[in-house]
Amino acid sequence: MNLNLILQLALSGFLLGGVYSLIALGLSLIFGVMRVINFAHGEMMVWGMYVAYTILLWTGVDPFFSFLVSAIILFILGYLLQRSVVNRILDFPEAMQVLPLVGMAMVFENSARLIWGPDYISPQSKFALSSISLGPLTIDTPRLMAFSIAILITVLVLVFLKKTDMGKSIRAAADNRLGAFLVGTDVNKVYAVCFGIGTACVGSAGGLLVPIMPLSPYIGAPFTLISFIIVILGGMGSLTGAMVGGFIIGVAESIGPEVITNIFHGLGVDLEFPHTMKQVVSFFILIVILILRPQGLFGGKKR
Amino acid sequence: MRKLYLFLLLAFLILLVLPKVMSSYALGIFIMIFFYAYLGQSWNILTGYTGVISLGHSLYVGIGAYMTYLLTLTLGLPPWIGMWIGGICAGAVGLVIGFFGFRFGLKGVYFVLLTISFAEIGRLIVLHLKVFGSFQGLFITPHFSAVNFQFKDNVPYYYIALGYVVFSLIVVRLLERSKIGRYMVALREEEEAAESLGVDVFKYKMIAIFISAFMTSLAGAFYTNYLYYLHPSTMMSMAFSIEIILRPIIGGMGTVLGPVIGSFLITPLAEISRTYFAKAGYEGLHLVIYGFLLVAVVLFFPRGVISYMKKALSPLLSGEKSH
Repeated sequence: MNLNLILQLALSGFLLGGVYSLIALGLSLIFGVMRVINFAHGEMMVWGMYVAYTILLWTGVDPFFSFLVSAIILFILGYLLQRSVVNRILDFPEAMQVLPLVGMAMVFENSARLIWGPDYISPQSKFALSSISLGPLTIDTPRLMAFSIAILITVLVLVFLKKTDMGKSIRAAADNRLGAFLVGTDVNKVYAVCFGIGTACVGSAGGLLVPIMPLSPYIGAPFTLISFIIVILGGMGSLTGAMVGGFIIGVAESIGPEVITNIFHGLGVDLEFPHTMKQVVSFFILIVILILRPQGLFGGKKR
Repeated sequence: MRKLYLFLLLAFLILLVLPKVMSSYALGIFIMIFFYAYLGQSWNILTGYTGVISLGHSLYVGIGAYMTYLLTLTLGLPPWIGMWIGGICAGAVGLVIGFFGFRFGLKGVYFVLLTISFAEIGRLIVLHLKVFGSFQGLFITPHFSAVNFQFKDNVPYYYIALGYVVFSLIVVRLLERSKIGRYMVALREEEEAAESLGVDVFKYKMIAIFISAFMTSLAGAFYTNYLYYLHPSTMMSMAFSIEIILRPIIGGMGTVLGPVIGSFLITPLAEISRTYFAKAGYEGLHLVIYGFLLVAVVLFFPRGVISYMKKALSPLLSGEKSH
């Protein structure tokens, strides 16, 4: 087994895991407060990617700055989506909550296809090919940038929830909807803002991913699934869980194929585990965690 | 009730003679109506009757299609026999998923995610198998003959698809009237109550997922031999699972006729709008409309179109006991 390669893969997976954490934070925040799962999460991320890409195309501004615009636009989209659809399904049985958001996922995915076309695009940004050497390891600059900004945003969101009035209202509404309502909180507005923050998280993550991976309208669904896996792994509604889960999945997806191929070879089986099957690793983790510990690593008691 | 049966018999007779008067294009649309009605009905058995949501039914279609193909390729087994073996394989996979889900008490969204994960793993595995053409997909060269399930024109496919629908209607109606079906509905409505009355919840959920997976996979053989092209990214994707569930939801879950009504409403719209928008250069627009439709139906008609039709038709079907 090539230890250097594994370390290299683990490092780049860890950096990507920072962005995964941010994506999952958005999903977890929405779930924690509204008990609704945003099945359109990945598709909304793709919108964030395309917004940053369009700005790069028109003005040449790097996605590492324009992700802010992605965040703002996705906040507005999320706010409107909550007001128009999600707010009406809060009291529906779980089954019926899944379907409208699956419908919205279709809307986001295919409208992105209509607007930006079906092909894969890899935009060239300034940092795209630069890297830093660290002993035997190399770090892609765009990955490092994306990682740092994602962590920064995550921290800011957590501080916002802890310190500001709006953040406190969000946490109050999450704890006890009726109680928050009785003390005069505008619960509907708080929910809409919270949904907006969740989608802004995923929108900015989308912007940060533009320099790292090719974009197409259809890459959303896998990200929706990845963020579910992370959130379930960490524990539904647990923000710490979402962060830790992001790193675990980032690293596991990155080193998984190489490690499994090595295990195959070690067992004398001549099989490759291709990198394009890396999601199988995450799905496997999901199945194991669903069976052994459905409340997740940082989740409280099973509901 | 008798009036309803008479009406259905009449509709069936009309459908039997339709190929005499219709163009091949129109027949193609009817074939898709039947195909999706059948798939929706198969999904309905699990989700409509037991309330366990699956968003991974495309997995079973894939298993059916690829198993049938593989058995023809390696053993020379005609699809007419292979499809049943494929069905048993799909049923077995359904039992595995069911075992994990029901034994460990996964409910609601958690079970949905389990079904999606299995479907995605299946899709990714097929995508990497050389036998099935990997990323290029699998082109099947037709050898036209009734034994091979491959025909030159649409008429035989029309009757086969119609046969599928009638078969599924009979299965679901019989199931609904049987003890098993009643237990399934009981555990859908109130699982704890059903359990405390002695219904073996695990067992009946397992039966439901087996029948549902088995029936779904039979459609895979039809898919293979009607389209002659298999690609996991279309027929094993989550998008295809959504196609499967859309019609029974719009028509009405947990009813015998809901999936059929849903398919008659949605499929022609879908087929015509898809070709129309693709020609006009707006490929994918029909899926945007679908998405909004799904949202609107759940918000405004959560119990499906059939419950409104029942109200409207009640004078016509007077004396009918609603089921």
